[in-house]
Amino acid sequence: MRTKLLSYLREYQGKQLRLMEVCGTHTAQIAKNGIPSLLSDRIRLITGPGCPVCVTVTEYLDRLVELSMEPDVTVVSFGDLFRVPGSEKCLSQARAEGGSTAMVYSPMEVLDMAKKQENRMFVFAAVGFETTAPVYAMLLKKAKEEQVENIRLLTSVKTMPPVIEWLLKTKKGRIDGFLAPGHVCAVTGTREYERLAETYGVPFVVSGFEGMELLSAIAGLVRLAGKGVLKNFYPRVVRREGNETAMEAVREVFAACSAAWRGIGVIPDSGLCLTGEFQKYDAGSRRLLSDHVKNKACACAKVLTGELDPVDCPLFGTGCTPKNPQGACMVSMEGSCFHRYLQQPIDRNGRNGR
Amino acid sequence: MKITMAHGSGGEETSKLIGDIFEAAFSNPVLDRMEDAAVVAGSQRIAVTTDSFVVTPLFFPGGDIGRLCVCGTVNDLLMSGADPKYLTCGFILEEGADTEALKHIAASMAETAAEAGVCIVAGDTKVVEGNGGIYINTSGVGFVPQGRDIGAACCRPGDAILVSGSLGDHHAAILSSRMGIENQIQSDCAPLVEMVKNMEQEGIRIHAMRDITRGGLATIANEWAERCGLGICLEEKAIPVSPMVQSFCQILGLDPLYMGNEGKMAVAVDKNDEERALRCIRKSRYGQRAAVIGHIAENGQKTVTIRTALGGERVVSKLYGEGLPRIC
Repeated sequence: MRTKLLSYLREYQGKQLRLMEVCGTHTAQIAKNGIPSLLSDRIRLITGPGCPVCVTVTEYLDRLVELSMEPDVTVVSFGDLFRVPGSEKCLSQARAEGGSTAMVYSPMEVLDMAKKQENRMFVFAAVGFETTAPVYAMLLKKAKEEQVENIRLLTSVKTMPPVIEWLLKTKKGRIDGFLAPGHVCAVTGTREYERLAETYGVPFVVSGFEGMELLSAIAGLVRLAGKGVLKNFYPRVVRREGNETAMEAVREVFAACSAAWRGIGVIPDSGLCLTGEFQKYDAGSRRLLSDHVKNKACACAKVLTGELDPVDCPLFGTGCTPKNPQGACMVSMEGSCFHRYLQQPIDRNGRNGR
Repeated sequence: MKITMAHGSGGEETSKLIGDIFEAAFSNPVLDRMEDAAVVAGSQRIAVTTDSFVVTPLFFPGGDIGRLCVCGTVNDLLMSGADPKYLTCGFILEEGADTEALKHIAASMAETAAEAGVCIVAGDTKVVEGNGGIYINTSGVGFVPQGRDIGAACCRPGDAILVSGSLGDHHAAILSSRMGIENQIQSDCAPLVEMVKNMEQEGIRIHAMRDITRGGLATIANEWAERCGLGICLEEKAIPVSPMVQSFCQILGLDPLYMGNEGKMAVAVDKNDEERALRCIRKSRYGQRAAVIGHIAENGQKTVTIRTALGGERVVSKLYGEGLPRIC
């Protein structure tokens, strides 16, 4: 079966297809498994707005930098946010200039920090999608239960269906199929994606994260091209109705709100903001809606929507590299420019490719 | 007993601390003279190295900072082709450090030094204000036999690349401890003396050797490619990673290729010596899972690529991004 699948994808000679993945972990796993090297030239994978760091606006990063410089405040974040440029500097630079920051692997670590230093305010950079929202909800419910008062969230939590619908409506980048995000669907279920598939006549395949799972899902999309259907290729984890317990926790703590996407702008109801009694943990997230990109030539916006191939950005590989990134797509391990830059020496579709 | 600033005064308290803990653990004819510097027999070619150890926690599954600080420096000497001989150690103790912990660390250093066949011949202790932390610097000296030349520049097209065992163990063990995750992952912290000696005795033509520490195999491969001006091809299926470390990495989104070990090495040998080198490493106590994982390419592209388990190809880059928590 494996050999058959591999030769199907390598020898495909049908209509030119552009398939979009909208999950940062898919982006990273596609690169890690060397999947682009296994596909026919007629199948192009494009990376959509699924990397949480890549879609975060500069104003949000600027606010983190400001907060880290305040006395008695520590900004706590996942590692990948540290080097994302704001309008002037990134968190790493702020730290070097005396800002107080801490890097964690899990948001729950902030509880211990807060308990150990009660006179210091810990602001967690709560970036992410539907997958991370339940963890933030758990964190705040626990903070409330244990009466930990010195924790705040600066939220930039987004939801996937509204931005996919925006892409489909504006026809940005022309997309022939979507790899639906496996982890997000495990939480939210697949109904919204079924609606999108039917409304816009584009196939969606829910995919797992192993190399073979990704290849099967890509082959599924190729076979379904032109049809408005959703198929779940990840049934061991994803159910149609999702994870009700996780969604319940999210609903208790968050409510839908407008959110700003880097390069795209504000999309109504595409974000999650703290609600009800949990609003007291908010570090002022709702105001952060504008984007002042550091380098005007940076084409992250067009790259994120699939309109522009990363290698066609005027800064790609010259003004913008992983060592000196201008846009978030070149910073994040889940960013499309980052991976394309690293793969340049063997990139068939790149400028310097072989 | 807790360390106080008085232990760093240079007076009575200091000499008692040194006598009770370090002298008791490291006693040997060179050190026992207790002069300002050790005088040792030399040879014409000497390898010198130094490394500082700031790991938290001090004690972790599979080892402790004591074993680590001996292995780290011994392995660095070995990788340059030297026979490790002498170590010095500098302790920086924060106020509040526990002397019981220090005793365990010293005992562990002594045991590891004996295992590696090196002698700890000089030391220094300083106490600073702080919160009970313990930091150790070790420097090492080794003798390099005439004619032995090991380094990335010596790599040739076709050379086989081997690793001495599974990747990522130390890094995963430290991260697990720090995050309070319970699992069976043990640090692989170990001196590599036996496997290197086995290869030397067998006359293996070793071109380059590196212990796989921070930055992981990916970083070493990229540095080799850069220095020898040739490409490197790795084979994902051949790279040993223990199932526990593999699933730990999946959960946290880590890649074993970029993770540090403290008792593993990568070695490039002449292609005709591949099988014999593998046998030599596997014969040693810490090398049973050794494997041939790639080769030096014929081309001059200086790129490291990997054939993935699916049969795809991708570039393995250097490590980008934030440094990971202190693991050594």
